Amino acid sequence: MSVVKYSSIAFITFAILAGIAIPMVPQPQSWLEFPIIPGLEDKARNIFFHVPMAWTSVLGFIFALFYGFRYLLTKDFDYDIKSVSSAGLGMMFCILATITGSIWAKFSWGSFWNWDPRETSIFILLLIYGAYFALRSALGSDEVRARLAAVYSIIAGMTAPYYIFITPRIVGGLHPGAKGDTTGSMPLAQLHMTLNMGFVFFIGIIGFSLFFLWLLNLRIRIAQIEYQISKNKM
Amino acid sequence: MSFISSTLAVVSKDVRSELRTRYAMNALLMFVVTSVATILFALREDEVSTEVLSGMFWVVIFFTAMSGLSRIFVSEEERGTTMTLKLVASPSVVYFGKLIFNCGLTLTLSSAVTILYLVVFPTFIIKSMVVFASTVFLGSLGFAATATIIAAIIAKANTKGTLYPVLSFPILIPLLITVMKSTTRALDGEIFNEALGEFQMLTSYLMIIIVGSYLLFDYIWKE
Amino acid sequence: MISISITANRLSKDFNQCSVFKDISFSLSSPASLSITGKNGAGKSTLSKIIAGLLSSTSGSITYSVNEKQIGIEEFKHHIGFVSPYLNLYDEFTALENLQYLSRIRAGAQQNHKRIKEMLTQIGLWDRRHDIVDTFSSGMKQRLKYAFALLHNPAILILDEPTSNLDAEGIEVIKQIILGQKTTNILIIATNDNEEANLCAQQIQLGKI
Repeated sequence: MSVVKYSSIAFITFAILAGIAIPMVPQPQSWLEFPIIPGLEDKARNIFFHVPMAWTSVLGFIFALFYGFRYLLTKDFDYDIKSVSSAGLGMMFCILATITGSIWAKFSWGSFWNWDPRETSIFILLLIYGAYFALRSALGSDEVRARLAAVYSIIAGMTAPYYIFITPRIVGGLHPGAKGDTTGSMPLAQLHMTLNMGFVFFIGIIGFSLFFLWLLNLRIRIAQIEYQISKNKM
Repeated sequence: MSFISSTLAVVSKDVRSELRTRYAMNALLMFVVTSVATILFALREDEVSTEVLSGMFWVVIFFTAMSGLSRIFVSEEERGTTMTLKLVASPSVVYFGKLIFNCGLTLTLSSAVTILYLVVFPTFIIKSMVVFASTVFLGSLGFAATATIIAAIIAKANTKGTLYPVLSFPILIPLLITVMKSTTRALDGEIFNEALGEFQMLTSYLMIIIVGSYLLFDYIWKE
Repeated sequence: MISISITANRLSKDFNQCSVFKDISFSLSSPASLSITGKNGAGKSTLSKIIAGLLSSTSGSITYSVNEKQIGIEEFKHHIGFVSPYLNLYDEFTALENLQYLSRIRAGAQQNHKRIKEMLTQIGLWDRRHDIVDTFSSGMKQRLKYAFALLHNPAILILDEPTSNLDAEGIEVIKQIILGQKTTNILIIATNDNEEANLCAQQIQLGKI
């Protein structure tokens, strides 16, 4: 775990420094220069933070779903602890992703919210997290709560492909990769990211993912200890 | 064969119960009338685009569905007859029976809203009947399928009324977006092939929700 | 008559991390009878629900066999008749409708009018068959629960508080039913009443001694 901890700190620090410090010039010559992307210029730096956060919020949901699934199969309460810890983290990153995305939208496209399909998807994810926690707080018995929360997360997860992949294709939008965009959906392709930018970007993604795993590990351990304490009190 | 007749027996019991008590029908009817009336007052003689009309149509259906479709499971739980049902029927029988009932209810509801809209709003002209009918049909079934499984989940919760739309809405958003787009096409008079993408989406959504619900229902129903 | 057996192996149940009961085991083969006793809150109703397949245990297992062949709970529930204070019938329907609709759900298309009439007459509700259950007294509701439980000739009868809400006449009728069941099939009674408990051959006592 300490490997995860320290490498995540290292990666994120690198991504932050590189993301902010490296200058953007029209014709990048050396490795230490980023290209200027038409229309985005310096605002493109957000990509090193916003996209990894959005990615981690999805990662949080995937973990919550996986642990919920394991709970349903084994009825081992430990999986429920892991599921809710994961969901809590995912929700936090989702809120951050929405805020960073919103700020970016204001600077790039003029307004804080546009109902572009990708924006809608992160909003839906936020709603799903909110619904998940609302459901949990409305159920009294531990066993029922764990079971139904797991079921809901699976059902919500089943609709995920729709708003991640399909709807953005059907309804045109502002994000890269929507309908009407001829340059393909990978940020690398569309944003004309050069290799060094791509490198920093992926370091950012890995860094945030490791950061997520580290925080998740902490949360799970705390929750498990709390559970043990409450059990011993009975 | 007995699976089918048991399932139909569940549907029949729910229908008879509904006819006897009219809990859901009254709520739905009042909701539809009041929301359409409100929209009518707001719009008066104004011309609105087909997108807005399409949106209004589905907003009314969405909120009416949220007020009435949870009844099938919530009423069993509130009256304590869940146990009775568990003694006589297997989980699949219960799920499909309730699903069919809700599908019937939603189709009735959307037909009623369609007729009401045609009568009340002069600008609501359906230029492509085939597209409209298919959209409303598939959309209503999709609504019913999601509404049924979420109703089963919240039946045991404490704050059922508010929780129901909160849980249903995120799951329904892809359906709502697609169905509104497709209805706009119908109002604009586009041909069936133009809306094919939407129909594929609606059909696959319906399949996925039903299959997923069927597989998960055991975990909801059995304690 | 078919031969039925139930075997429970170390059943335990927890609610919110509190243990209700632990390590309950028994074995019953028709004809047999079992009483479950204990103070209020000891878990009698919970255990009877678990045996009826309405609740799952936290640990341990329960197996059901018909004619020496083991079958799952979904198939087995057609051999179970269950009466409990927690069981409710549909208030908006009449007594007759309740039995008709529920038996139709249970057995598919077949419906045995003769049997329904026989049951309603036996428990003394034939004259009230067209009355809405909402108007029934608690004693009448209890009798109707018996009609519902016995309609399909169950091989196992699980009774939680068998005589609650019943008048002297009702208790007499139930006693007849219980004796009949005990001698040919499996009877399980969960009760506080010692007299009722003594009707059974085996006994399980729940709760701290």
